[in-house]
Amino acid sequence: MKYLLLKHYRGGPAPVHGRPEMDRWTPAEVDAHMQYMNDFADRLRETGEFVDSQALAERGAFVRADGPGRPPVTDGPFAETKDLVAGWMVIDVESWERAVELAGELSAAPGAGGEAIDEWLEVRPFLTGVPGQE
Amino acid sequence: MNESLLRELVPAVIGVLVRRGADFASAEDAVQEALIRALDTWPDDPPRDPRAWLVATAWRRFLDAVRSESARRDREDAVEAEPPAAPVSGADDTLRLYFLCAHPTLPSAAAVALTLRAVGGLTTRQIAAAHLVPEATMAQRISRAKAKLAGLPLDRPGDLATVLRVLYLVFNEGYGGEVDLAAEAIRLTRQLAALTDDPEVAGLLALMLLHHARRASRTGPGGRLVPLAEQDRTRWDTALITEGVAVLQGALARDRLGEYQAQAAIAALHADAPTAAETDWPQIVGWYDELLALTDTPVVRLNRAVAVGEADGAHAGLAALAEVPDDVPRRTAALAHLRMRAGDLDEAAELYAAAARAAGSVPERDHLTRQAARLRAATRRREGLSGSS
Repeated sequence: MKYLLLKHYRGGPAPVHGRPEMDRWTPAEVDAHMQYMNDFADRLRETGEFVDSQALAERGAFVRADGPGRPPVTDGPFAETKDLVAGWMVIDVESWERAVELAGELSAAPGAGGEAIDEWLEVRPFLTGVPGQE
Repeated sequence: MNESLLRELVPAVIGVLVRRGADFASAEDAVQEALIRALDTWPDDPPRDPRAWLVATAWRRFLDAVRSESARRDREDAVEAEPPAAPVSGADDTLRLYFLCAHPTLPSAAAVALTLRAVGGLTTRQIAAAHLVPEATMAQRISRAKAKLAGLPLDRPGDLATVLRVLYLVFNEGYGGEVDLAAEAIRLTRQLAALTDDPEVAGLLALMLLHHARRASRTGPGGRLVPLAEQDRTRWDTALITEGVAVLQGALARDRLGEYQAQAAIAALHADAPTAAETDWPQIVGWYDELLALTDTPVVRLNRAVAVGEADGAHAGLAALAEVPDDVPRRTAALAHLRMRAGDLDEAAELYAAAARAAGSVPERDHLTRQAARLRAATRRREGLSGSS
């Protein structure tokens, strides 16, 4: 079963330790954080559970059609939008429990002072393309 | 026979099929199929004459395709309509393929893919893996590109500038999947330099060699980006640097300067400095002036401003940067660097953090975040010291 682990710049429940501001950490703390993220992905590659991981830039906009023969309308980017996705990891695991376990691990990446940041990650199961057995 | 030798045969074999009357699109498909078969069977059953094997297999594939029910009418007409091509050498065939695959009417992603397949002899699967797209998507991109080229004659020279741009794009795509695209770009540019007589081809080859020489030192543990000034210069590949400098000198001696030669000259000056502090920045600024005269772009102005900052001090660099439009990528990062050199650490940290938010790649973003963190740590230490005194 595939799950999306979604990381947000903003949005979701209130952060438990405040928003991590990486540029205010020490260089060693920044390195430790990045190493943790890389190691996590490597471990999932080894267990055969890794599918994909991508980071998104903060910039971007909302776009919609505006009728035939007219150019699309764009809106944003919004400096204070409530929800802003930062990136994702797709994992392919045995169960919802395993997905939650891994999201918990990823959330506990170290931050300032080496303490776990415990950030909220959104976990969403993929809908499959094959109908289930009756 | 190893895979790269097999790949080198591909453009010549396409040329043979085209001269026998196949249209380019069908010939290229047939050779790709023969190539995949070769990769599959040669390890156990190597042919005596690899080139003849590829020609025979591809030609059979082509004839099968022509005979197949759905394709019969179109293709037989095409074969009949094609004027008999004059006998030409394999080298000419290969050169024409470069021009055709990088035709100015093609979008650059399509030109890159087609060049890698028809000139580079890579399989669609390898090209797709290197670009992180599904194989079916890449196959479609290539076949649409070939449809766009249908009817274009294969027998006249094209636009060398587009060919060089495509090769440079391939080089900058770097490493993805099992194929090292930077090394592949160097191979294709080296081959092109042997086929043409233009100093800009040599300039591009020199530029690639000089950049490639620094590759091992450009990334640290965990894939982190190491800026030029902090690279371990003992890890630079001196053989590549020597070759790059020699190729560049040969090109410059012909006195027809172009932008790739000017960029290679800048790369050569960096390669020549035993330490970052010994870099000949005034001469680098001089080459940026040459480059500006050849191609006045905001990116060249931005890079020149950074060089001016090193040659004449941060304030001179900031003055030069003031001439660069705000929306040029990496301008904020350059401003942060110059502010830091000018001693405005707080402002530089803010700028680095802003540059990180606007970065276009993960390694750049992480590097800029580290720079911001480093400067903030330095200012905290300084405040701590002044607070205790």
